This record gives sequence, C-alpha cells and structure tokens, in this order.
Amino acid sequence: MLSLTGALVREGVLAAEKELATAIAQGGKVEIDLSAVTSIDSAGVALLATYARRLRQDGGSLHLMGARPEVERTLELFPFLEEVPPEVPNRPGWFETMGERGLVAREVALQYLVLCADAAYFTVQGIWQRRGIRWSVVFYEMAMMGSKATGVVGLISFLVGTTITLQSADQLRQFGANIFAVNLIGISMTRELGPLMAAIVVAGRSGSAVAAELGTMMVSEEIDALKTLGLHPTRFLVVPKLLAITITQPLLTILADAAGIFGGFLVCTSYLDIAPGVFFDRLQESLYLKDLMTGLIKSVVFAQLIVTIGAICGLRTRGGADAVGRSTTVAVVAGIFAVIVADAIASLIFYFGA
Amino acid sequence: MEDVTIQVQGLVARYGEKVVLDGVDLTVKKGELRVILGGSGCGKSTLLKHLIGLLPPSAGSIQLLDVDLATADEPEKQAVLGRIGMLFQGGALLNSMTLHENVALPMEERTHLPTEVIDEMVRMKLAMVGLAEASPLFPPELSGGMRKRAALARAMALDPAVLFCDEPSAGLDPITSAALDELLLSIRDRFGMSMVVVTHELESIRRIADRATMLDKGKVIADGTLAEVEASPHPMVRAFFDRRPEAEGTRSSVWSALGASGGPP
Repeated sequence: MLSLTGALVREGVLAAEKELATAIAQGGKVEIDLSAVTSIDSAGVALLATYARRLRQDGGSLHLMGARPEVERTLELFPFLEEVPPEVPNRPGWFETMGERGLVAREVALQYLVLCADAAYFTVQGIWQRRGIRWSVVFYEMAMMGSKATGVVGLISFLVGTTITLQSADQLRQFGANIFAVNLIGISMTRELGPLMAAIVVAGRSGSAVAAELGTMMVSEEIDALKTLGLHPTRFLVVPKLLAITITQPLLTILADAAGIFGGFLVCTSYLDIAPGVFFDRLQESLYLKDLMTGLIKSVVFAQLIVTIGAICGLRTRGGADAVGRSTTVAVVAGIFAVIVADAIASLIFYFGA
Repeated sequence: MEDVTIQVQGLVARYGEKVVLDGVDLTVKKGELRVILGGSGCGKSTLLKHLIGLLPPSAGSIQLLDVDLATADEPEKQAVLGRIGMLFQGGALLNSMTLHENVALPMEERTHLPTEVIDEMVRMKLAMVGLAEASPLFPPELSGGMRKRAALARAMALDPAVLFCDEPSAGLDPITSAALDELLLSIRDRFGMSMVVVTHELESIRRIADRATMLDKGKVIADGTLAEVEASPHPMVRAFFDRRPEAEGTRSSVWSALGASGGPP
C-alpha cells in the first residue's frame, strides 16, 4: 500500500516515479492510495498507467483507490489501451526491400516507355492535325527553355573554354606546340563540352521546371481534370515541351560552342601569342562539319532525355508539396545522369563507328 | 433501361493487398441528386474516380450512361466521358490559362465548333455561375468560392448528362458553401441532369440530397432516401449523423481499468 501525495502533474512526476518504482519492485498486487493527491494531469495519469502495465507484464496488478472526485474525473478522461499496438509494423527485410525496389524500377521503366511512345505518337499525329499541336505553347516553351537560358549557357561555356585552353596551354608550350591549343579547343568544344554544358544547364533549369509543373498539376488534380476533359496529358503538356526543346537545344549548343571557342580565342591571342588570323585559319583546318554535327545530334538526344525524365518524375508525384520538391530533385539528378551516360554511349558509337 | 444513368455492381478496388472498395453496388437514376457520404478514407473519392473512368476496376462492372466502362473500347469510352462533367475538390483549373480558356478547353477538344460559337458558349456558362466579368482572370487570382464556380462552369461546358462533384464545400465558409449548393440545385432543376456529390458536410447533405449512399471501409452500409439513411441503426451511420466519434465509449478509461476496485481498505 503506497500513498502518493501532492500534485501529480508534469513537474512533480519524477519524484512520484521513484516512490512508485520502489513500491512495485517486489511485484504482486500493489495498491495505491490517491486520497492525498490534490491534482493530476495527463503526465500523472500516464505514469500510473505505465507502472500498471509494467506490473501486469510480471503477473502482478495495480489498483488505484481513494481518488478525490476531480482526480477521478481526470483519470476517467483518458483511455487505457489493454493491448499496446506495435510501434513499428513489421519492417520489411532486406530482400523484401530490394524486391520491392526492383518492382518499382520495372514499373517506372514501363511507364517511361509508354510516355515516350505516347509522346512520339502524338507528335507525329499532331503535326498532321488541325489544332493538333498548340504552337503558341510551343513558342512560349521555346522562350522559357531556350532564350532565357542563353545568358547562363553562354557564360558557363565561355568560362569552360577559357579554363581548358589555359590549363592545356602550359602543357603544350613545353613541346613548343602552342598552336595545337586551337585544335584542342575547337574539337573539344564542338564535340563534347558545348553539348554537355548546354545540356547540364538546361537539365537544371528546364528538367526541374517540367517536373515541378507536372508534379504540382498531379497534386492539385489538374492532370485528372485534363483526363476527364478528354485531353491526354502527354499530348497536352509533354509534346509542346518536347518540340520546343528539340528546336532550342541545338541552337543553345551552337551558342555554347561559339562562346567556348571565343574564350579559347582570347586566351590564345593574349597568353599564347597566336595571331587572330592564324587562330581562325587553324580552326578552319582542324574542324570538320562532322564534329559540329556530332555535337548537335547529341544535343537533341540530351534534350529529349531531359524533358521526358522531367515529365516522368512529375507524373509520378503522389502526395503534397514535399513530394513535388522530391520529384524535382530526382528530375535534375536523373536528368544530368542520363545526359552523361548518353554522352558516354555516343562517344563510343562515334569513336568506334566512324 | 432509360432512366438509369449509373449502375455499379460489385465494384472492387484493390491496391496490392489493400482493398479500398469491397463490392460496392450503386444505382443512380436520371435527374437524381445522389450524395455519397462517409468519413475520411472510406473510399468515397476512389469510388468517384472509378465512376469517371480514371481508375480501372479490379472487379465488378460500372455502367455509365449505358456503356460498360470496363469493356468499352477507347472511342466509346471517350464518347461517354464527353457526356459527363466533373467538379474537382480544389477546382483543378489549369493555372496557366485564363478562366475563359479553361472553360473553352473541353469545347475546343471535344467539338468542331467555330471559335466565335465557343466564345459565346463560354460567356454563357460563366454568366450562369455569376463570373461573367472574371473571364480574363487567371485561377490563382480568384477566391476559393469563385474558383469552385469557375470549375463548375468548366464541368458544365458540354452540357453533361451527369455531373460529379468531389467535396464541393471543402475549404469554403458556410455562406459560400450554401450558395454553391443552391447553384448546384438550380442547375440540376433547370437541366434535369443526374448529379453525384461526394461530401461529408452534414448541412450540405441535408440541403441537397435526394438519395444518399454511405460508405465505410469500402462497403455500402446505408443506401436510400436521406430519411432512410438517417434512420439506419448501423453504428457508423449513427456516429456520423449524431456527430459522435465512434472511438469513445468502446475503450475503458484509466480509472475504470485500474481504480473502481473499491475504496481503500
């Protein structure tokens, strides 16, 4: 028989806990007299319930008695769960997690293929149809994905061109091969760095924008609304973006090539003492149309990857605002990753194929 | 059957192991305003998404305007979906388009009418919901009630035979909500269409319902006129209409579990 006294509230619970702990130490049937308890709150009730549960586990029992009416009322207020629900509902094991991820990956892959097929179908079909493609939206998207990216694409490519030329200049000078810096910057910009820099910037700018736009539309049921209005979301939302970026990305890539080569030109004429005329002669000799075309073909592939990946991430958004943020992140990361993988594959094809 | 707009039989919706709808039957007659009610997570919205063909049923059949959605081919399905309207919970207007363009969209997509006729129709529909002046505005510039009305105008764009509404009064104050209910009723009376309204607003239900269907845990637990449903003895129905949380009273309190065993010796 234990008598608790005073206020059994948040601040006083710790003191009472010690008394309770010693009282239930021997187990069995423990009775607690509450007649001297002046007030109690949920912390006090929870304390009593905790020890009751602990005693029950060891085969004992706890009985409360003599509570004042106001204390009894509070004790009456809170429910006592006879069974404690498990905290963590049976966590899946390693194999299950991997299997589930595999299934999700398969689902994403299928969805992605369907999206790409739909996009291709609606593009071809739309071109022949009246009102098939909303050209005003295409032009708007071209401005958003192309014109507005010119500044940052130009500046980044210019800096990359300058840096590459500077870094290689020292090495080339040791052989007295200064002039080869021109070949190097020309070929590396047009074949690799121009398309890659433009694609990475656009993946960050437009891939995220596509995912965020479609993701928000998913969350606010706008995509569902489109479907009930008889509009295929792919045709209505993805095709204009795809068309727009297919036109703007090669143009951005040409800009990136030019800006990078211009950066190289500045370094060559100032730091490497190559005359401007010599630079342009050399550039014309070393650059072939094939180099430029390789880069442009790649840029179209990158562009389509960026938009379709952004779209699939957006369309798979479920939940609220945080889900939109997550799919935007995934769209950028996956977009850049896909661009670089595609670039590696393209390099292999062009290297061994030609 | 001429006068039946929707006939659902044994509808089952399953996601993995989770059964959201478990054998739902529902019949909606022509010109009837049917309210589907139930607590959160009971499957109301899922049922609605099945009715408008957004989700394919796992089992059972849905006859919408005499077309079986499960077996119909794509053109048939699109044709029947062209005869329904849907008012989404948040409105789901396209934020990148003006109200005028939003309402015009289904007309441009589903009909081959000349642009002037479409513009005239848009003006009519917007005036019908009292938004004639708001047509050049974008959805984010509107209040919640205006957005709902604009969404209603879009749902009415093609003079649907059935109008579906998902929680029309969600997020609205009681006055705006009552006005929207009045608008729905007046539209129903004027055009004689069937309406299916999903809601859990008791006041709204009492205002608009001809017949009601109550769902709980994916099953129909009450069906009939509002009076019949309200008189049902089912504990969930009672809890809903008497506004009594069902959890209370089913669990013992700390005092009844630990005290009450007599006074001190």
